[in-house]
Amino acid sequence: MSETIAERSDERPGSGPTAEARHVSGVSIRLDGVTKQYPGQRTPAVDAVSLEIPAGQIVVFVGPSGCGKTTLLKMLNRLIEPSGGTIYLGDEDVTGQNADQLRRRIGYVIQADGLFPHMTVGTNVGLVPKMLKWGKERVAARVDELLDLVGLDPETYRDRYPKELSGGQQRRVGVARALAADPPVLLMDEPFGAVDPITRQRLQDELLRIQEELGKTIVFVTHDFDEAVKLGDRIVVFDVGARVVQYDTPEAILADPAEDYVADFVGAGATLKQLTLTRVGDVELRQPQVARVGEDSAPVVRRAQAAGDQYVVVTDRRGRPISWPSLAELSRTSTVPDTVDEHLPVVGLHSTLNDALDTMLAASQGGVVVTGRDGVAGVMVVETVMAAIQQTRGEAQG
Amino acid sequence: MWDYLVDRRGLIAFQAVQHVSLVVQCVVLATGIAIGVAVLSYRSPRISGLANGLSAIGLTIPSFALLGLLLAPFGFGITPAVIAVVFYASLPILRNAVVGLAGVDQSLVESARGIGMSRLATLVRVELPLAWPVVLAGVRVSTQMVMGIAAVAAYVLGPGLGSLIFSGLSRLGGANALNATLVGTIAIVLLALVLDVVLVLVGRLTTSKGIRV
Repeated sequence: MSETIAERSDERPGSGPTAEARHVSGVSIRLDGVTKQYPGQRTPAVDAVSLEIPAGQIVVFVGPSGCGKTTLLKMLNRLIEPSGGTIYLGDEDVTGQNADQLRRRIGYVIQADGLFPHMTVGTNVGLVPKMLKWGKERVAARVDELLDLVGLDPETYRDRYPKELSGGQQRRVGVARALAADPPVLLMDEPFGAVDPITRQRLQDELLRIQEELGKTIVFVTHDFDEAVKLGDRIVVFDVGARVVQYDTPEAILADPAEDYVADFVGAGATLKQLTLTRVGDVELRQPQVARVGEDSAPVVRRAQAAGDQYVVVTDRRGRPISWPSLAELSRTSTVPDTVDEHLPVVGLHSTLNDALDTMLAASQGGVVVTGRDGVAGVMVVETVMAAIQQTRGEAQG
Repeated sequence: MWDYLVDRRGLIAFQAVQHVSLVVQCVVLATGIAIGVAVLSYRSPRISGLANGLSAIGLTIPSFALLGLLLAPFGFGITPAVIAVVFYASLPILRNAVVGLAGVDQSLVESARGIGMSRLATLVRVELPLAWPVVLAGVRVSTQMVMGIAAVAAYVLGPGLGSLIFSGLSRLGGANALNATLVGTIAIVLLALVLDVVLVLVGRLTTSKGIRV
């Protein structure tokens, strides 16, 4: 058995997302002394912020509520007009541009469900292309393409209304709508705030997968530092008045917080925080036997026995994992059943070890199925997480 | 009474059609006016408060008195009848339109602006459709109410079933006087019910499936 694993683990999919050169379709954003002073208030809500957000990266704004991070974000698409300073998109000064035109070039996803309840999912997603006067067929094709991209079957969901979707599905549609006209820049204001942790983690994985494909410039606001570490190529930590306390990669911020303020914000369990830095794709995965729905059970069972496995991962016709029956269960059937295990623990290659551990605990399982772009990428077991913790502990002490 | 109905069926039918036509046209006009005023006022709590207050006071003016007052500038005929009916019809619609527009989730408005909809597009494509069920509830109330008020309009020689009621009342004790009054009244009640059913259907057809309760 161990041989098989060792041999197969060589085939494991490429290392983390940051390792490869990414395709970039975004543009950089430059803020120069951007200020927001509300009338009648003594201190500005945002005080002369200068930042450079590189093209094609996810930059996360974190900070306590009321620190001005959302105000700063909303000034990027001029939902809030800056009272001073200049904003550049690429080399273009957009501070004086027509705000409506500008916003059609910047995707925007907001906190709660910003979907229009009286329009179907398809209409919602197609809104911006329609405003940009795309032809009917082009809009329809784009809508289907995007729904597919965010993992919703267009046939099933195109004509549904938002209220007929779950919270997680609504967020996906929200992301699809923001991406509709292929904007170079995406602004996300705590988009995964009010969903349960497991759904949030899946949405984060999806976002990372989509970003790997598209390479947009994404500005993401959150107050959750774990989320920032997971999603951000770079993180901006803000204090009151949108004062930039530290602007760096997650690794650097965790390793060397600039001020006590950041150290407090990062939290005490910084060793365990390293779990948030390690991706599932960076560790060794077991390669399970994979069976498709409808295959004859007997050969599958034999295959798994030969490999020394106790279970088999079953995928649907599109290659997505739906259950992992034990060999005993499977040998009682003649063909591989299409029952969907609602509690099947699944994470993506971009998920952090933290996510994987959470998912295992939530499902009361000792492992998780890992999915990559082309279906099942492997299985990760709890021992792997433990080993990673031991290792970081060792590094911290040594 | 049956003989009366059969004898005068032509006249009664004509007056019923006139009555409904007066009410429907006035309600349509009133809906337009009310939505217009609501759009202008709902963003400011002070102005929308004022609009609501005025509509509450307006509803307390006795219709008979208002029609009498309108006689002086406009004389007898359709004009004062239309003005009075439109006035009363617009009040409940205005109130509901203000409430409906103010009740639209602000995050949706922000989201509409955030994806690049203009102020006007946001109003037309997001706010009004979402407020529509509430506006329509106001239209239903209005229609019921002005079916009765339109009858009073016969006092200024306006069109409709009111003339049956008034002529009956003025000759009370005479031949067919009671019949005329009763037929007029019952016809109005029945027509009001029919119109209400029609409005429910209109609501079904014009309200998005996504926000139907």
